[in-house]
Amino acid sequence: MQIILRATFLIATLVAGLGVAVLPARAVVEIDINKGVVEPLPIAITEFISADGTGAEIASVVEADLRRSGLFAPIEKGAFIEKISNPDAAPRFQDWTVINAQALVTGKVSETADGRLKAEFRLWDTYAGQQLIGEQFFTSKDKWRRVAHIIADAIYQRLTGESGYFDTRIVYVDESGPRNNRVKRLAIMDQDGANQRFLTDGRAIVLTPRFSPTRQEITYMSYEGGQPQVYLLQLETGQRELVGNFPGMTFAPRFSPNGQQIVMSLLRDDGNSNIFAMDLRSRNTTRLTTANAIDTSPSYSPDGSQIVFTSDRGGRAQIYVMSASGGDPKRISFGDGSYSTPVWSPRGDLIAFTKQTRGEFQIGVMRTDGSGERILSSGFLQEGPTWSPNGRVVMFFRQPAGSAGPQLYSIDLTGRNEQKIPTANYGSDPAWSPLLE
Amino acid sequence: MLSIAAIAKHPVSIALVAALALAGCANKQVPNSAADIGLGGAGGPPGSQQEFTVSVGDRIFFDLDSSSIRADAQQVLSRQAQWLNKYQNYTITVEGHADERGTREYNLALGARRAASARDFLVARGVAANRIRTISYGKERPVATCDDISCWSQNRRAVTVLNGGSS
Repeated sequence: MQIILRATFLIATLVAGLGVAVLPARAVVEIDINKGVVEPLPIAITEFISADGTGAEIASVVEADLRRSGLFAPIEKGAFIEKISNPDAAPRFQDWTVINAQALVTGKVSETADGRLKAEFRLWDTYAGQQLIGEQFFTSKDKWRRVAHIIADAIYQRLTGESGYFDTRIVYVDESGPRNNRVKRLAIMDQDGANQRFLTDGRAIVLTPRFSPTRQEITYMSYEGGQPQVYLLQLETGQRELVGNFPGMTFAPRFSPNGQQIVMSLLRDDGNSNIFAMDLRSRNTTRLTTANAIDTSPSYSPDGSQIVFTSDRGGRAQIYVMSASGGDPKRISFGDGSYSTPVWSPRGDLIAFTKQTRGEFQIGVMRTDGSGERILSSGFLQEGPTWSPNGRVVMFFRQPAGSAGPQLYSIDLTGRNEQKIPTANYGSDPAWSPLLE
Repeated sequence: MLSIAAIAKHPVSIALVAALALAGCANKQVPNSAADIGLGGAGGPPGSQQEFTVSVGDRIFFDLDSSSIRADAQQVLSRQAQWLNKYQNYTITVEGHADERGTREYNLALGARRAASARDFLVARGVAANRIRTISYGKERPVATCDDISCWSQNRRAVTVLNGGSS
């Protein structure tokens, strides 16, 4: 089901004589995000022309997305020289280069005859004097924020060469009430904190929601039955379903990359926990670990061939990698401290983790063989990393000493760009969705 | 919830909660219920929930990231086993808990391991296994909510909750 219609328009006549203007090959402006330190790209994002305030609102959401990525430095509107009145015409490029805008975004929002929203935008390379992107979108009016995020993703992708992550959502645990009697509700919101809504009523403790990579579905753990167990929740219908019928606690669920399996921990009667995979169609379970240990927090590699997980089989919690069909796990974390909550990057190159060392909690990343460990953030209590779908940003939750509850933060792989994610109450256990369809 | 029911059943314990809260250091510990007070105080009538909670001791504590039953905990569990063997009409739930100094999923597993350790000790002391249910709350239900060791050490616990029977 396509909610937002998208079209590229090739209006080559716009840019004098440049029939190839929309082809990307000649662009001057680009960001190499693989460099260690990235100087944010100065970009001018003009208010989209519209009869009401929608154009300005869409432009401001685009601007906020790009600014929070840390890769763009949107220029103060007061510095703009040219006032865009016809976004279909080429801008006066020198008016933009003189204020050091290397890229320019213009746009227009209007209403179609059948009452739908039509949004158009163009991305310009001001120094090359050419249009880089021109696209238009048709959708219902209430989807205007999604259109803005899709535009921001298009700009991000065109200028960095990598897919964006703005048209995504976060499922997390909303926390309210006193610390010794917390009310926890599943909540979902856009990645920028907008459109928050609750998915459960707070009567049962709910933990660790995770998105299906393929369906509008999440898996999570809930105390609603007698035993805490793993459940599935359909986001569109609200339908909930217990995953399997196990004698003991099931926890730490996560989908396989193809969405057809759930891997999770199952508590044994002797108090140890092992990792099992369940096929969601046949409901057959496969036992993947057998150690007399705590084996938990499993996460698939994006190709589905391997699983990274936490185990204390060596004494303290450390990170191990094994084949997705089980077998002998290989320990990959060897630093000073204990390691848990490993999560494989969607790009496949890194594993994010929580590390406890010297009384601190750290969020870090390492290569999949355990080398190249880098700490992105340290603090009193922070845990639970989740990856943006492009593998460039990690979100987690943090509770400073003396505070009444945790809040959500994101940090990019440089460790320099940390952003607080606004939530209605306290928030924990964030999970990032794939890019929306 | 069980803890609320326990308070309702034994109004005297509410006064006890209030007294302890006043006596304790400011705001560091806010007990949920009679079951959160721990040891000491006046016991109730023989075989009562209050006697079990207050005189026998309904909880044991663990070292950091450990599920070993400490020597002090062995005494408490031995008393629990004695009492449970005397009052056979009760079934129990052993709740395993962890402090906040661990990650969520690991601590769910750690709480489960603590509950299993306490259960195994009770079974070894003659309490029938089929009278015992275990559940882990991980770090979801701290009784003490400050951000230092004085609270964490209270939260690393296994609590034996009486489920029913006449009292």
